[in-house]
Amino acid sequence: MNLYRYASPATFYPLAGRLVPWFALLAAAFTAAGLYISFFVAPTDFQQGEGYRIIFIHVPAAWMSMFIYIVMAFWSAIGLAWNTRLSFVMARALAPTGAMFTFLALWTGALWGKPMWGAWWVWDARLTSELILLFLYVGYMALQAAIDDPRRADRAGALLNLVGVINVPIIYFSVKWWNTLHQGASVSLTRAPSMAQTMLWGMLVMAIAAWMYTIAVALARARTLILERERQTEWARAVIKEEA
Amino acid sequence: MIWDSWDAFWAMGGYALYVWGSFGATLVCIAGEAWLVRRQRRQVLSRLRRLQRFDSQ
Repeated sequence: MNLYRYASPATFYPLAGRLVPWFALLAAAFTAAGLYISFFVAPTDFQQGEGYRIIFIHVPAAWMSMFIYIVMAFWSAIGLAWNTRLSFVMARALAPTGAMFTFLALWTGALWGKPMWGAWWVWDARLTSELILLFLYVGYMALQAAIDDPRRADRAGALLNLVGVINVPIIYFSVKWWNTLHQGASVSLTRAPSMAQTMLWGMLVMAIAAWMYTIAVALARARTLILERERQTEWARAVIKEEA
Repeated sequence: MIWDSWDAFWAMGGYALYVWGSFGATLVCIAGEAWLVRRQRRQVLSRLRRLQRFDSQ
């Protein structure tokens, strides 16, 4: 099988259409399992009571906010290097979902901070760098919307993503580099997990659910973008007529 | 079962506002995004169809 074949919008479009329902289904299944672990399997925390259950949304959302930005920067780099149309479409399709997860990381963080720290918000390195990530997503989307020529918008946005991706390691290591109120990494490859196994599993299952959801929604968005851009081509004209 | 009753479940040990505020906001965001993506697709398709008709005239 030649994978490069799918770099062509004409072959990618129907493939994405077939994949979307499967990823949506997987997302629903993992969400159901993750919610079950979050509320019915994971024990009460001895320090934070039931309040800690926010972790099952907060950590996966924060992971996704950083991952998606890295993936966007990856597609931007590929697009700039090889001028592949589909790469820019993928970067564009991912941005709103990335922004949503960044917002949710901040929102759930505020709801967690209030009862545990006594403050909705503090200008701490972790929180501030995550807020900058939200601005980077919103800035990218605004830039795309402001430039009429899609090719110029693609290149300008890609450049912004490549510069902005430097913020991701800053967010990740902020709890190490600076004295922050925010706690350190919840999961690390180099040391034993600092929490109950079931809590860890709940977080991982919810993170997989978030991944599946992101793939489904980004592919669906990419399909619409592709149709818009390819509307002059023979195959796109046929699709547009068919879906009437 | 780790909950004594459904009331205890919804009360979340006094953290109901924070826990349900987090899970609820996530639900709203995801449902909203899915809806927006569908709406966007419908709007783009109808615009492209109009353009196509315009072109063929």
